[in-house]
Amino acid sequence: MATNQIDPTKWVDQYSDYLFNYTIARVNDREVAQDLISETFLAGLKSMKNFKGEATERTWLISILKRKIIDHYRKSNSKKGKAEVRINYKDEESEGDWLEERVADPFDKTAEDSIQNVELGEAIFNCLSKLPEKQARIFKMKTIDNFDTEAICNEFDITPSNFWVIIHRARTAMASCMEKDWL
Amino acid sequence: MKLKTECHEANHICDKNQYKEATFLEKVRLNIHLIYCRACRKYSMRNSKLTKAVNNPTVQTVSTSEKEAMKQRLQEQLNSSNS
Repeated sequence: MATNQIDPTKWVDQYSDYLFNYTIARVNDREVAQDLISETFLAGLKSMKNFKGEATERTWLISILKRKIIDHYRKSNSKKGKAEVRINYKDEESEGDWLEERVADPFDKTAEDSIQNVELGEAIFNCLSKLPEKQARIFKMKTIDNFDTEAICNEFDITPSNFWVIIHRARTAMASCMEKDWL
Repeated sequence: MKLKTECHEANHICDKNQYKEATFLEKVRLNIHLIYCRACRKYSMRNSKLTKAVNNPTVQTVSTSEKEAMKQRLQEQLNSSNS
């Protein structure tokens, strides 16, 4: 039986971006997402001996993260109702036909679009994790973090033509990985 | 200068163009090549779609300093649980 090993020292490098995109799609706040991921790693560390090796590390971390997100919403729900403002036209003085009630809801239209975008980040980092590590790192630095070609070449000690070959391979792999659902 | 552009050159220019690093002359050569090369047209299309997807503002990363902070916390926890 193939068992998956756990190596906490690599967690941050390997999974933080994926987990971050997963979280930010659900809590919509950078700070909160950061905290949740941190907590997830710590919780993972504590319950490391419960890890049976049946799932991959990432799946296991995601399952912890899900609990954390639910807990976060439980907490914020218990604070609810203190500062809520509701506009109510139903009292006697303001009865009638109000223009405000007929205005289109701007959030309604974009609901579907934002769901798509939510999953896009996850899809990208999922595909990125399938690339060889060096390719993935270089591709991420160049494409997402917008580093200069020169800076990356210096850091990895490679020539520009070497760099472009890596980028080309990464792009081809990424495109075919994402093609089915996204491109 | 050689007038004919080979496919691998065209792909290279296309990759560079995704990061706006291709020169004007290179872009001209790429576009001429794309007129008659179906395979490269397909590659260019996929490539620019990928760029668009990755540049989508909802795709975010954790910054390096934040990662370092997280690593440190993790390491502390690790040390204290080992001892």
